[in-house]
Amino acid sequence: MALAKITSVTGRAVNVPGNDIDTDRIIPARFMKCVTFDGLGEFLFFDVRKDTTTGENTNHPLNDPRFKGATILLSGANFGCGSSREHAPQAIAKYGFKAIIAENFAEIFFGNSTTLGMPCVTAAREDIAKIAAAIEANPQTEVTIDLEKLEVRFAGQSVKIAQRESARDALVNGRWDAIGELIDGLPDVKQTAAKLPYMAA
Amino acid sequence: MAKSLFQKVWDAHSVRKLANGQTQLLIGTHLIHEVTSPQAFGMLRDLGLKVAFPHRTFATVDHIVPTDQFVEPYADPLAQAMMDELRKNCADYGVTFFDRASGKQGIVHIVGPEQGITQPGTTIACGDSHTSTHGAFGAIAFGIGTSQVRDVLATQTMALGALKVRRIEVNGKLRAGVYAKDVILHIIRLTGVNGGTGFAYEYAGSTFDAFTMEERMTVCNMSIEGGARVGYVNPDETTFAYLNGRPYSPKGAEWDAAVARWKSYASDPGATYDDVIKIDAADIAPSVTWGINPGQGISITENIPSPETATSADDKAGIIEALEYMKLPAGKPIKGTKINVAFLGSCTNGRLSDFQEVAKYIKGRKVAPGVKAIAVPGSQIVGLQCEKLGLDKILVEAGFEWRAAGCSMCLAMNPDKLIGDQLCASSSNRNFKGRQGSTTGRTILMSPVMVAAAAVTGEVSDAREVFHVTNN
Repeated sequence: MALAKITSVTGRAVNVPGNDIDTDRIIPARFMKCVTFDGLGEFLFFDVRKDTTTGENTNHPLNDPRFKGATILLSGANFGCGSSREHAPQAIAKYGFKAIIAENFAEIFFGNSTTLGMPCVTAAREDIAKIAAAIEANPQTEVTIDLEKLEVRFAGQSVKIAQRESARDALVNGRWDAIGELIDGLPDVKQTAAKLPYMAA
Repeated sequence: MAKSLFQKVWDAHSVRKLANGQTQLLIGTHLIHEVTSPQAFGMLRDLGLKVAFPHRTFATVDHIVPTDQFVEPYADPLAQAMMDELRKNCADYGVTFFDRASGKQGIVHIVGPEQGITQPGTTIACGDSHTSTHGAFGAIAFGIGTSQVRDVLATQTMALGALKVRRIEVNGKLRAGVYAKDVILHIIRLTGVNGGTGFAYEYAGSTFDAFTMEERMTVCNMSIEGGARVGYVNPDETTFAYLNGRPYSPKGAEWDAAVARWKSYASDPGATYDDVIKIDAADIAPSVTWGINPGQGISITENIPSPETATSADDKAGIIEALEYMKLPAGKPIKGTKINVAFLGSCTNGRLSDFQEVAKYIKGRKVAPGVKAIAVPGSQIVGLQCEKLGLDKILVEAGFEWRAAGCSMCLAMNPDKLIGDQLCASSSNRNFKGRQGSTTGRTILMSPVMVAAAAVTGEVSDAREVFHVTNN
């Protein structure tokens, strides 16, 4: 199964500021009562996008019509902490996002996102603030995440980004979903398993 | 060369290097539950793949099961659909399922150890971040996403980069009224909620040596709350004694060989670590959280932090956001905060010893008027053990509801939920906004005995005073 080589992501961006934005915030658990990931997008950040008493939209950035159609999400430190639920990156992707720029990411969330072909890149706080300022000034600003040059370009500026090399390699070379490669290794898997007594049938 | 347990287990399970530099790692034991596995089976079907080693995957149902309804269909059709889907997937692919009818159902992180499936020197994965629990046995246990559940089903492996190893040594005897839960809350407070990112934690020192397996599990369980995906304790005689005679433990001559092998996985003296933290057990106090992540904790005798005392702009913003959500007064004692709900249970603290310890102190006392108190065993077997010892009666007599096994009020996927801005004294592991099922619900994490003290007084309390605790 050939996968796309993801060397860059270009689109408009929206800033969801804050640190330690956890997976329960990203997709509240009650929406995980499902047997497919379809339809999760509409519940992204649900409990902070809706007023709990009135059901009306809050002033959450995702409710701001200026940023409708954004495909790049900006945030703070430790994004995606908490649960291992893939429902979190799935909800973000199904909402329409193609990439996330944050100060850093929680471990499991980072891996889950990469496997979906949704790059998570890190940037310094002041650089994220520059991007946020540019999109606030002009929500139509085109933002490009360049995984080959490891930079983000926007409004005539550019800032450096970082990404774990194994993830970057997987994305730009179109092997971000490892299943094909893992299946190719099955003969070796059987050999490794044969050396471990607890693996015996 | 001297190696840590992490390195030894990693090496023994490394299949090969992948093109992007990651390792194809053999996952010896795969645990699944109803929430994060159905989509993975769906992907297998779409790709026309089989389960490569069906005898190495074990299933149970925990997140969505009602703890007060036993007869199917469940009132919630979505919960029933998830139950049915798991049952069908296990039948179709030949996976062992500890269904409720088996009498062995429970929270996946309680069932694995209880059955002797969780063993030293093994790799374990489960689509659940609290999989780190199994590290208590000297296993390397990873919480994974659903695509990786698919990978493990299809190949019994996953693609992973090696982690760094941080040794966290706790030495000395814990003070009276201080429990394993307080140890891990203390560690997370020290390191922060993302201090462990990129690390596996090796918990060691005389405090851990003296811990029971259940205490070790409580600590390893919350490794992820400090950002560490993996946490483990080196296997020792305590580990082997726990495993001896369990249904899936090796038997007879195989047992002796297994113990010898398990011992060989323990970290070598002189192994090098990427980082070492040393903690004096005497510095750890009964702890409670005051905020909206598990790192926002204090000892019961401290005051709630105030934005003015913040150490950084981030810290200040975090305190303001947390206090606003928690509706707690800055700079005031946390002790005396009124509670509405007391929850005993979860994969962190839903084991026999948790209920034994609570029963010891709550016997003859009463839950304060107006407090809803529920006690939920982590597995059917834990429930039965408690009932044989009469612990359920003691709890019910005190005013707790005694429920059936499941995740219950730890997360909002079954009928056990907070209502409105109720404040819950909880023995669970996460105090995120909305975690316990109400978008304004509030959670204060603490040890089971502290939950019992809060239940009795109706407010966050120092269990040492309420129960006159003099020693553990």
